[in-house]
Amino acid sequence: MKKHRFLLTGIISLSCLAFCVLASVACGAKSVGFQTVIRSLFHLGESSFDANVVQARIPRTVFGILAGAALSISGSLMQAITRNPIADPSILGVNTGASLFVVFGIAFLHINRGIQYIGLAFAGAALTAVLVYGLASIGHGGATPIKLALAGAAASTALQSLVNTIMLPSTQVMDQFRFWQTGSISGADWADIRLLLPCFLIGFALSIFLAPSLNALALGDDAATGLGLNVPLIRAFSALAGVLLCASTTALAGPIGFVGLMIPHLMRLLLGPDMRKILPLSAVGGACLLLFADVLGRILGRPGELESGIVTALIGAPVFIFIIRKAKVNSL
Amino acid sequence: MKKQTKNQLSTITDGYRKRQHRYVFTALTLLFLTFALACIMMIYGNTIYSPKTVLKVLSGEDVEGAVFTIRTLRLPRMLTAILCGLAFGMAGNTFQQLLGNPLASPDIIGVTSGASVAAVFGILVLKLNGGTVSLMAVFSGLLVSVLIYFLSQGGGFSNARLILTGIGMQAFLSAVISWMLLKASEYDVANALRWLSGSLNGVKLENVPRLALVVFGAGGAILLLNRQLSMLQLGEAHAVTLGVNVRRIRLTLILLALLLVAFATSVTGPVASVAFLSGPIATRLSGNGKNGMLTSALTGSTLVLASDLIGQFALPSRYPVGVVTGILGAPYLLFLLLQMNDKGEHV
Repeated sequence: MKKHRFLLTGIISLSCLAFCVLASVACGAKSVGFQTVIRSLFHLGESSFDANVVQARIPRTVFGILAGAALSISGSLMQAITRNPIADPSILGVNTGASLFVVFGIAFLHINRGIQYIGLAFAGAALTAVLVYGLASIGHGGATPIKLALAGAAASTALQSLVNTIMLPSTQVMDQFRFWQTGSISGADWADIRLLLPCFLIGFALSIFLAPSLNALALGDDAATGLGLNVPLIRAFSALAGVLLCASTTALAGPIGFVGLMIPHLMRLLLGPDMRKILPLSAVGGACLLLFADVLGRILGRPGELESGIVTALIGAPVFIFIIRKAKVNSL
Repeated sequence: MKKQTKNQLSTITDGYRKRQHRYVFTALTLLFLTFALACIMMIYGNTIYSPKTVLKVLSGEDVEGAVFTIRTLRLPRMLTAILCGLAFGMAGNTFQQLLGNPLASPDIIGVTSGASVAAVFGILVLKLNGGTVSLMAVFSGLLVSVLIYFLSQGGGFSNARLILTGIGMQAFLSAVISWMLLKASEYDVANALRWLSGSLNGVKLENVPRLALVVFGAGGAILLLNRQLSMLQLGEAHAVTLGVNVRRIRLTLILLALLLVAFATSVTGPVASVAFLSGPIATRLSGNGKNGMLTSALTGSTLVLASDLIGQFALPSRYPVGVVTGILGAPYLLFLLLQMNDKGEHV
């Protein structure tokens, strides 16, 4: 029965993904019929106008799959290690941390290459994650959801004002950053994918490798130690994987929130608490959601487009409120 | 508490009197500080006018060159700074005391973004300006807060859920704001960006009376309800025993505080951290035992005035006041979090 359910969910989410991929290639300012899409996907030599449109949308779609999967895995890892239902890069202020470092880079170091963005965003995200988690876990009861959320919100407010300070005096920085600040996968090209892919693979491999230990960690620190695990080490590595995944995505696409919040919750609802099942399917689900958001943004924002980071927040924030309503307040 | 002596009662009254004195002293000092800063703001600037000139201009005389600067630029700026400071300080403190958490101020739990979103919409999409934008901001701020309140209301009132719902709402609204900003033309963006950081640039004298009315009306009402608020802080059960209609008082206080925040936000935009900083600073200055509504209000206006002066003159380029308060707020915020968690305080 359990096995069946895993297979069933897997099949459904993969077919969703296939559909989203098709939609992502087909929809947009210039809509292309599905037949043409399939024809031009399989006969790559073709060079009609429609085929060119399709070709131009391929890198964006591939990037969307990777980014969505990365964000979603990152979210499930963070939720697992903090044992906290609302952990998500956007709630924890990690995105703002990455933003601050990137703005700093744009303004003072004059960065313009993808790898530099990634490096700085990673440093910013990692520092913020450590800071916020550290702040929240001091004192009674460890890092409870409410303390974590408040620490995250507070840190984001603080960091945001620093971002403003750097940004306001310089119109050039403001212009470059205005478009970076709302996450979007529209500008992605093959170079971005080449940068994201290794980070994604490392993060994904690490998280799959850690999944059994994370299952044990869910029993509580004491039980996990009793089972022979090195709890701090596992936490550290999972956090590293989580931050790597969300920071590299944030660096290339800008802050995209709530993907990491929604999908792991959905998967946990469908599959139960086994991380070995949740992680791979979260990746598929995250890819689906981000592509879906991207397509929706293209449809809603016609003739231009609505950035996917905005769409995910518009869908995700109500889900977040729903999760809070559902969760027992005592456990919060 | 083990030593039950006869002197106990007198020690308590002594302590009470001491705290009372300290409170009055703090309030007077803050009042003086606000006044001093307000004077500096009128006198100091690109051109420095003597206090005599300022007084002359204010009393209606025409002094060449000074009339425009003082009456049109500095006076509304100074008055708005004071009033908004009062409003933010008092509203923030009300929220913090009511929800029992120093972090639960309007800027952190999403009320201000409710007002901002309508303002940005009004400026960028409907191309409105002035009074209509303010009105929209006020209504939307109120609406969003009521929505947050009811969304967090499943099976009894819970502070934790209220705060978390607010954070979620804020994420939603900031997404809407950034969407509108991205779609806007370059020219309008500068005007709308004010709504993201808070600024006193370009405030007009005609907005001041309305703001003053709301600040003194709602602020006065909050001061009147202060007694009930103190009882409420003893815990819901105690408050009911002491004859407080908990539900009604809580709702009234929240609404009043919201009115203050929304109105002030509609004039200046969300001046970061003032609502959040004032209460804790005031409590630290005037000591525990009172919920320090008056002192927080005064702390609020001192903060806004001082930050605006810093933002205008002390930094290499001119910053809007919200950026300065944001930076002032940051380290304090972290310190507060550290300390709060260290003491093991619960929400």
